[in-house]
Amino acid sequence: MARVVVNVPAEAKRGEVIEIRTLAGHPMETGFRRTQLGELIPRDIIRTLVCSYNGVEIFRADLHPAIAANPLITFTTVAVESGTLEFRWTGDNNYSAAHSAPIKVV
Amino acid sequence: MITRRAFLLVGVATAAQAQLPPNIQQIRKQAFDEAIGKVVGNAPVQEGRVRLDVPPLIDNGNAVPLAVEVDSPMTEADHVKAIHIFTERNPQPNVLTAHLGPRAGRARVATRARIADTGTVVAIAQMSDGSFWSHSVKVIVTLSACLEEGLI
Amino acid sequence: MRSAVFAVLLCPFVVCAQIPLEERRSGYEFMSRETRAMQDDDITGPAVLWLLDGEALWGKLGCAGCHGDAKASMRGVAVRYPALVDAKLVSLEQQVRHKAPQLPYESRELLALTAYVAHQSKGMPIAVQPIQPHVDAGKAFFHRRQGQLNLACSQCHDDNWGRKLAGNAIPQAHPTGYPIYRLEWQTMGSLGRRLRNCLTGMRAEQYALGSTEFVELELYLMWRARGMKLESPGVRP
Repeated sequence: MARVVVNVPAEAKRGEVIEIRTLAGHPMETGFRRTQLGELIPRDIIRTLVCSYNGVEIFRADLHPAIAANPLITFTTVAVESGTLEFRWTGDNNYSAAHSAPIKVV
Repeated sequence: MITRRAFLLVGVATAAQAQLPPNIQQIRKQAFDEAIGKVVGNAPVQEGRVRLDVPPLIDNGNAVPLAVEVDSPMTEADHVKAIHIFTERNPQPNVLTAHLGPRAGRARVATRARIADTGTVVAIAQMSDGSFWSHSVKVIVTLSACLEEGLI
Repeated sequence: MRSAVFAVLLCPFVVCAQIPLEERRSGYEFMSRETRAMQDDDITGPAVLWLLDGEALWGKLGCAGCHGDAKASMRGVAVRYPALVDAKLVSLEQQVRHKAPQLPYESRELLALTAYVAHQSKGMPIAVQPIQPHVDAGKAFFHRRQGQLNLACSQCHDDNWGRKLAGNAIPQAHPTGYPIYRLEWQTMGSLGRRLRNCLTGMRAEQYALGSTEFVELELYLMWRARGMKLESPGVRP
């Protein structure tokens, strides 16, 4: 059940700085934990979150094992024009998740 | 059915592997300094303009809310290119790098981090003019009681 | 820490009472401001992912077929459990499984569905019935000295709540937010899982998830928390 949650205001005034909140369901296995028998559990994390606004990249985050499980990343962008915000998460073991959110700029 | 001998061998092997080297603090501090060095190079890092919001006393190090805000007009001429967050006592010092730019409007990013142990968390802002600004916070990490594997 | 241990040792000689009703506080109040904010975050709090999954499962597993819209039909349900169903004491999770017995305890699906159902009663006062002999059995468990430390639950949670253990305040142990996203587990879990952690901490005999002992203890804990508001799904350290 790959789940992501994105919170973007549906409407904003031109030039307004809007807050974007994202949440991705992922264990973010650090690669430092061991099983009861001492075996290292391999690293399995989300590595990157990219947000594009009408095709232009406006935000990129590089995540490391120190990001908590089910990563929350909150950032801002200027509401320049109506259109679509595209979100893409990529990570180890070919993890990939995407989400689109429309925005109306008045 | 695991034999007593096998059980003991596994136990010793586990203990040996799980044993941290005695100079672990030094190793981690060195890794922390190196990671910051990779970002800033030889440039000086000034305290200021950056505000790192992280609770000074942490309930559980597995999910620590943290937010970084940088004082910047975020114009084409003068903006924050990236915010880098590091922590001193984790097995690996990098936490997050957020690449911003004038489209961000505000230099603000928030997340939830894992902080392994009591120590310093630092946020470094990389500016468009090549300068670096930072804010460090000392945090105390406490353990929850009554865990799955019975450490407490 | 030393004062807590000293108080615990004194307990057999001093009258150690249950917490007066008006002094009861949820585990929420013992957490830091930041951890509380994670529970209050309805949009990007860590438990939200399970609520969304639960909502999807409600449809996919056919619960809606009998129960319709959960927001209406499940309101007030979680605060009444554990309850008697066909003369047997069942917990909320056991009832959630009633048409989906293939869902194992602690599975993502069962936790998501239970969280979703429990969430429909958020803000309502806990209202279980003190069903005998179960509530007395649960109460006896809570007050019984167990394990290598010869410690009873009540010694920490009735007599020493608020004092520190390993740097963290001892809460009163009211199950006001289950299932919870426990930061220690980095995932969602049930009261049963948390009770197993307690027994590990006490070095006492373990019980299985869904065992009679645990359901009776849950009934007692919910009875002890009667009137307190349900917060499900909660976030706890």
